[in-house]
Amino acid sequence: MKTPVTFTLNGSEAAAFADPGQNLLDLLRRGLGDLSPKYGCGQGTCGTCTVLIDGEPHLSCLVLAEAAQDRRIETAGGLADGPDLHPLQTAFVEGFAAQCGYCTPGMLLAAKALLDRNPTPTRDEVIEAISGNLCRCTGYEPIIEAILTASRAPNRAPNRAPGRTNGRAG
Amino acid sequence: MLEVVVTENLIDAAAAMSPQARFLGGGTLVMRQVNYGDQRFHRIVRCRERLDGVRVEGGRCVIGSGVTMAAIMAARELAFLAPAARAVGGPAVRNMATVGGNLMAPHPYGDLAVALLALDGQVSMADDTVMPLDQYLATRHGLVRSVSIRRPAGDEFRFRKVSRVKPKGVSVMSMAAHLGRNSGRLSDVSVAYGAMADTPVRVTAVERALEGASLDLAGITPALNVATEGLSPPDDALASSWYRREVAPVHLRRLLIGEDRR
Amino acid sequence: MAMEFRKDLFADERDDNLNEIGRPHIRQDILGHVTGRSPFYDDHLFDGLLHMRCVRSPHHHARVRSVDSTAAERMPGVVRVIRPSDIPVNMNTLLALLNFGRDDEPLLTPEKVAYKGEPILAILATTERAARDAVAQVTVDWEELPHVLDVEEALSPDAPMVNATYPNNTFDYHDRYDHQKLRFGNVEAGFADADHIVEGEYQMSPIEQAPMETCGAIAAPETNDRFVCYTSTQALFFSVAVAAKQTALPSSRLHFIGGTVGGGFGGKVDSHHEPLAILGALLTGRPVKYQWDRAEEMQVGAPRGAERWRIKDGVMRDGRIVAREFTGFFDAGAYTRLSSYAVQKCTGHIPGPYTIPNIASNVYCVFTNRTPSTAMRGFGITGVDFAIECHMDKVAEQAGVDPIELRILNAYRDGDMKAHRRAAKNCALIESCQVVADKAGWALGAEARAASSLREGGIGWRAEIPETVIDRAGEIGERKQTGLAPEPFAGAARRETVPAGTASEHPATGAVPQREDMVIEAERLGFKVATGTPGPTAPPPVPPATPPGVPVPYPNTGSGTSARTAPSPGPSLPAAMRSTSAPPSQPSGASAQPDRPGPAAPPAVEPPAPAGDQAQAGARPPRRPGVSRFISGPRGRR
Repeated sequence: MKTPVTFTLNGSEAAAFADPGQNLLDLLRRGLGDLSPKYGCGQGTCGTCTVLIDGEPHLSCLVLAEAAQDRRIETAGGLADGPDLHPLQTAFVEGFAAQCGYCTPGMLLAAKALLDRNPTPTRDEVIEAISGNLCRCTGYEPIIEAILTASRAPNRAPNRAPGRTNGRAG
Repeated sequence: MLEVVVTENLIDAAAAMSPQARFLGGGTLVMRQVNYGDQRFHRIVRCRERLDGVRVEGGRCVIGSGVTMAAIMAARELAFLAPAARAVGGPAVRNMATVGGNLMAPHPYGDLAVALLALDGQVSMADDTVMPLDQYLATRHGLVRSVSIRRPAGDEFRFRKVSRVKPKGVSVMSMAAHLGRNSGRLSDVSVAYGAMADTPVRVTAVERALEGASLDLAGITPALNVATEGLSPPDDALASSWYRREVAPVHLRRLLIGEDRR
Repeated sequence: MAMEFRKDLFADERDDNLNEIGRPHIRQDILGHVTGRSPFYDDHLFDGLLHMRCVRSPHHHARVRSVDSTAAERMPGVVRVIRPSDIPVNMNTLLALLNFGRDDEPLLTPEKVAYKGEPILAILATTERAARDAVAQVTVDWEELPHVLDVEEALSPDAPMVNATYPNNTFDYHDRYDHQKLRFGNVEAGFADADHIVEGEYQMSPIEQAPMETCGAIAAPETNDRFVCYTSTQALFFSVAVAAKQTALPSSRLHFIGGTVGGGFGGKVDSHHEPLAILGALLTGRPVKYQWDRAEEMQVGAPRGAERWRIKDGVMRDGRIVAREFTGFFDAGAYTRLSSYAVQKCTGHIPGPYTIPNIASNVYCVFTNRTPSTAMRGFGITGVDFAIECHMDKVAEQAGVDPIELRILNAYRDGDMKAHRRAAKNCALIESCQVVADKAGWALGAEARAASSLREGGIGWRAEIPETVIDRAGEIGERKQTGLAPEPFAGAARRETVPAGTASEHPATGAVPQREDMVIEAERLGFKVATGTPGPTAPPPVPPATPPGVPVPYPNTGSGTSARTAPSPGPSLPAAMRSTSAPPSQPSGASAQPDRPGPAAPPAVEPPAPAGDQAQAGARPPRRPGVSRFISGPRGRR
């Protein structure tokens, strides 16, 4: 039996029907067509499926889809404001912080959750924040650098685009 | 076919349980099994009742089974427990994983439960019956409403996790100790290990050897000598049973008297 | 991450225009990556998608007595079961495309499984969960068989037979030997002359590539009677060809889309998902996804194979290595995949970056009841290098020589003759060692400090191919009967010699002449190229008298002694190189031998390629302006 589920996805209302036991990753991808979160392990090891739920990083492969009812969900697909990249995205682009790109959406969201909470993190705090996200092309160093660069970007505006992300986690 | 049952409260959830059912807390254990098509259960039970409260009752803290690792780290009254909560997974896992789930975590997971064991954990079940945590861990039967632990004073509580990957790695072992003092001697000692048996365990031989001892190398040496007495640690991809036995005294020493002091 | 460029090294060999290295560069695909829009294979949605899951062996080695899938077929959501008999061409080997090796692996195994996780049946269902539930309902009557998990145990006469295509548990080389030989000089004489003998054994574990994206493919019928296949493959044209062969569809009906790979590292070349997904689409008329979960990726995804190495060195008092012998075992797992080729790649690399006058090597591609192994970053090289460098430290210790100085003393210098009978070029080990020593604050002696890759190489014996002692021990099947030891020359009834200067394609020496399309472009290496048109094109090679279906050896290894691969008069080198004398840094005896017949023409089963292809091989385009001369500058040795 399918269960209807509604939530906010990147600032817009979203609704879908969940299969029994279906996880949020699968619902987002196949039910709602947001392909930005990726499947990497299905067991909470790799972080490629990371999404923000109410501003905090969660592993969408381990969230029962129907349990996302009424929550506020952000994915990497909603990071950019139209043609304007989020400062983290810009820093990743300019800092060569991706090779194959498969871990990138999860990395960006783990980093966004950090910067929304802590706009001026230390290097150790950055490392801790992405410690649940694996990169197999061994790009951690440029990723860490890019996150630090984004935190120093003068135009960084975590609360920009009202209605898109409600800003800080809370 | 898999079905999901949602109940209003924990009592109803307990009634909906069976050997072919799993209670869904934070999802980090059960959804993993669901994703891999685990055939041992066909029902997922969820509960609307919030079990995420933390309250202080005298010398003890009561932690709801739905409290997440991230919530423990954020709770001022649980500051002593933050290192153990931080030892679980990465930030996303800590936003999801709950105290109740940690009690159910199979080897080599369940680092928080090790800390709760060393803090005289008492489990309150759905029907409010109470039992010691080690007794619960032996069967892991029934739904837990909350866990009550003692509030350690000063440096009485120690926690240490040994893993090969930092900052996020699975346990080679984890260790926790409550070290009470009486006239400069250790008293009211409890010590627990994780990843050294099928479940987190109290190590009574070590506790006995520490009782009344002084907290220095000479004082703890008898305890180090019995560090793995009665245990047959598991072999897994992270460490062999032999390795765990060999290094346990070293890590116990570091837990008790620190890295560099001898 | 400060990066330092040592532009003082080899400064006269390149334009000093390295403006890109060490700086972040905007990747052309990165906008897709940071917005989550890069189209990985699974990022394509299809209505009515079916999910494929396989029934897998729980045993290392077992016979399938019977399979009962009736309960599974009645499960809700199950659309189709694919059996081995449904697969048009069930047997394949990856390098069949290069005529290297025999088809030895089924896509779905009908009778006998040879590793844990080997698939025997595939189930298609409307959801992944339904497919998993159905797999769990299939009952298989297994007859467990004795298994072998160790490479040397697999060589013993009483070892169980892992792979029926290779009943001796070894890959066949040159249709003659159960191992790849390499012979250069006379190791036995070298050992006799040496002051020290240093022996060591080294064992690596298998290594999983562990890409973040697991392997998979989605296939769907297209309206134009084709099948589209989105795939994670790293080797799109391998995958097209394998899929066309196993589904018996012409490749013109296969529309492959790949290129966006979520990490590969070698583990995405094996092309098992594409044919199964396409077959599923063919049998059901619906889109089909076959995707490994992480557990499958780890358990049945082919890793870098484990290797075991024994190295024996003859060392003089001053640290000069005068003889080196290798005995190597590549654990292929249950099927060949790319291990057969890894052995040859490795043999070309032996003895590492060192100039040693006497070398012998026996390397085995061994079948065991482990997960088949395949490519991974530098495979064929990484394992033996691990062994060689561990061994160099051991030699340094036993000979009482500084380990870095030992490496500098023995390092290849430009112009030195390598064991596979080609001259070393663009050597840089000495300079690398010197820089490493500097950085580590490691004091080097004056001689090591003064050494250079540009000096002392290619002089006297260093440039020469010595008279080489060979043996014919270890013919296919011999070991199974006699329990022959694996070391070079072990059990050899007699020795023969190959005269000095022979750049032979003789399999007993292991010297492999390069195939025409793999010959280095002389012009790019800075050699003087004759002006005018390329030399005359040779007549097309005569197709060998090989009955269809009989396996033929890899063209590179065409054996002069094999009756059906007689040397053809085909050109072996770009015409330009044939029409000029050998360049100075290409000592006589290297494969540039205009008066000798070229190496055996590719013994293709297909009709020979038109002669035009060969003409192209000789006609190189002029050097493009602005191209770095970094690898092509003439090294001013003289």
